[in-house]
Amino acid sequence: MKLKLLGIFGVAVMLAACGHDNNKGATVGNGGVTNNTNNGIVPGSQADLVANVGDRVFFALAKNNLSDEARATLDRQTEWLKRYPQVQVMIAGNCDDRGTEEYNIALGSRRANAARDYLVSRGIDSSRITTISYGKDRPTAEGDNEEAWAQNRNAITSVR
Amino acid sequence: MLPILSDQHADILKNALTRRTMLGGCVAAGGIMVTPLAAFAQSASGDDNAPGAAEITVDRARNEPIPIVIPDFGSGVGATITRVLTDDLTNTGLFRVISGNSPAGGVPDFASYKSMGARALVTGSASGGGNARVEFRLWNVLTGEQMQGTAYTTSQGNARRIAHLIGDVIYERMLGEKGYFDTRIAYVSRTGRRSNPTTRLAIMDQDGANNRILTDGSWMVLTPRFNPAGNEIAFMSYANNRPRVYTFNLGSGRQRMLGEFNGISFAPRFSPDGGSVVMSVTRGSGSDIYSVGLNSGVKRQLTSSGAIDTSPCYSPDGSQIVFASDRSGSQQLYVMGAGGGGARRISYGKGSYGAPVWSPRGDLIAFTRIGGGGFSLGVMAPDGTGERILTHGFTVEGATFCPNGRVMAFCRQSAAGAGGAGFSSSLGVIDVSGFHERTLATPTLATGPSWSSRNS
Repeated sequence: MKLKLLGIFGVAVMLAACGHDNNKGATVGNGGVTNNTNNGIVPGSQADLVANVGDRVFFALAKNNLSDEARATLDRQTEWLKRYPQVQVMIAGNCDDRGTEEYNIALGSRRANAARDYLVSRGIDSSRITTISYGKDRPTAEGDNEEAWAQNRNAITSVR
Repeated sequence: MLPILSDQHADILKNALTRRTMLGGCVAAGGIMVTPLAAFAQSASGDDNAPGAAEITVDRARNEPIPIVIPDFGSGVGATITRVLTDDLTNTGLFRVISGNSPAGGVPDFASYKSMGARALVTGSASGGGNARVEFRLWNVLTGEQMQGTAYTTSQGNARRIAHLIGDVIYERMLGEKGYFDTRIAYVSRTGRRSNPTTRLAIMDQDGANNRILTDGSWMVLTPRFNPAGNEIAFMSYANNRPRVYTFNLGSGRQRMLGEFNGISFAPRFSPDGGSVVMSVTRGSGSDIYSVGLNSGVKRQLTSSGAIDTSPCYSPDGSQIVFASDRSGSQQLYVMGAGGGGARRISYGKGSYGAPVWSPRGDLIAFTRIGGGGFSLGVMAPDGTGERILTHGFTVEGATFCPNGRVMAFCRQSAAGAGGAGFSSSLGVIDVSGFHERTLATPTLATGPSWSSRNS
C-alpha cells in the first residue's frame, strides 16, 4: 500500500517536472512538494498551494483569456487538486482599479470563471470549486502603477 | 435620532409653502410642528402669490450668487440654525450669505439692506429650551414684500433639521425649484488596509452631520442605493462569501437578501415607484440585468447579451433603463425599454463609459468616462447628445443626484504610491454646471455615495 502510494506520487512529480520544463514562464517548480514537507508546510494546505504550486494567475488589462503562463499554473493546480481530492477551493477574481466598481465585479467574476472552467476542463469536479469576485475592492498590491495593476488583475485560488 | 418626516408632514409643509394665506393653527407630525406666519399688516401685499411677488427672478446664466442676509437667530438652538442654514445656502454656490442682526421686529428697514446689495432678507428668532420655537420670514428686499413666514416648534435636538427645512423653503422660494437640504447620503465607510478593507454601510445628513454606521464590517459591503421613500437601502453584501444584493431597512435595521440567484447579484437600483430593484447577475463570462419585485420576489430577466451588462438605472418615469455593457468590445452606455429589449448605444466618445445614472429631472444621464490615463465625470442627454465633462481625476465615479437634479455627489480617489501610501477616497459634490465642486467630509475613507430623494 505504502509503495503504491509512493509510486503515484512519483508519477505526479514527474508530470509536474515536465510541465515546468516546457513552460519557462512558470516560476514555481513542483519538485519542492516533497522537500517542503520538511519545512512545516502541511501537504494539501493553502501554504503548500502558495509555496509549491502557485495560487494565482494573471490577466491582461480588461481581459480574461489565459496566457501560457496562467495555463501552466492551472495545470499544476490541477495535479495538486487531483493529489488532494478532499480539498475544496474558492477562486477569487480581482481587477486593477482602472475600471468602474460595478463593471469590475463582473470582470473579476469573468476571470474567476475562466480559471475554474480550465480546471474543470482538466478533470477537476466543478463541485469542488466555488468562485467569487472582489472587483477592484481587494487589490493585492496597494500602489497605483503598471506593476501593481498587473499584480491585481488575477484569479486567486484558496483552500476553503 | 431625528424624527421621521411623514408623507402627511411633507404635504403640510408644501401647503405651508404655497398657501401662506391658509387658515388654521399648528399641525404636529414627526416631532416638528409647522405653522404659517401671517404677513405683517404693513406688508406691501397680503397675498404673496400675486404675480411678480413670489419669486425673485434669477438670471442663472450669469452664475452670480444671490446676496441674501441671514440673521443671527440667537444663542443655543438659534446659533445652530444660523450656522447650518448659512452653510446649506453657501454650499450651493447659488447664494452669497451676508450675516447680520435680526431687525427688532415688524417690517424691516429695506433701504439699508438694499444699500448692502442684498436681494433677499431672512428675519427670524429661536426661543425656548426643551421645546424650541423657531420663526423665520423671507423678504424680497427690492419690493419689501414678505415671501414666506413659518414657525417651527420642536425639541432642541431637531435644530439642524429645522435649519435644513428653512433652507429648503428659501431655496424653493428664491429659485423656483425644490431644495435638497433635508436629505441624507448613504455611503460605504472604509477603514483598514486597502488590500483588505473593512467596509461598513454608513449614512449621514447631506451636509455631513449626524454620521451613523449601519453595519458591523464583518463582511464587505458595496454600492448602497436609497429607495425613493428614503427608508430602505439596497446594497451588495459579501455575507457568507456569497455576494448578493440585499436590502437594509433603516427603521428596523433588518437585512434581507433580494432574489435567489446562482450567480453574483450586484449593482442594485430601485425603480421609481419603489416596488422593485433592477440589478445585474453574473452568468458565464458576462452578467444579465434583472428586475426583482421587492415583495413578490418575482424575477424578470431584461438582458441576455452574454456580455457584461451592468449598472442599470431607471429613467425617473420608469419607462426606460440606462445601463453599461461591453457587448461592443469596450464598456459603453445603452438605453432600453424598462421591460428589456431595443437597447441602443448612446455613448460614442473616446474611451469607455460606465456607472450611468439618470437625473431625477429626466433630462441628463451622468456617467464615468475612462480614458487618457484618468477618469472623468460627465453628463449627456438621454439620446447621447450634448456630452459635457464636469470634473476629472485619477478616479471619479459613482455619481448620485440630489433630488432636484441640480447637484451630484460622487467618489474621488487619488493614485496610491508604493504600499498604498497617499491613497485617499472621499466624497465630492459638484453642480451639474460643473461649478461649485467641494469635498464632503467623512470620518473615514468613503466610496459609493447615494443621495436620498427625501428624508425619512
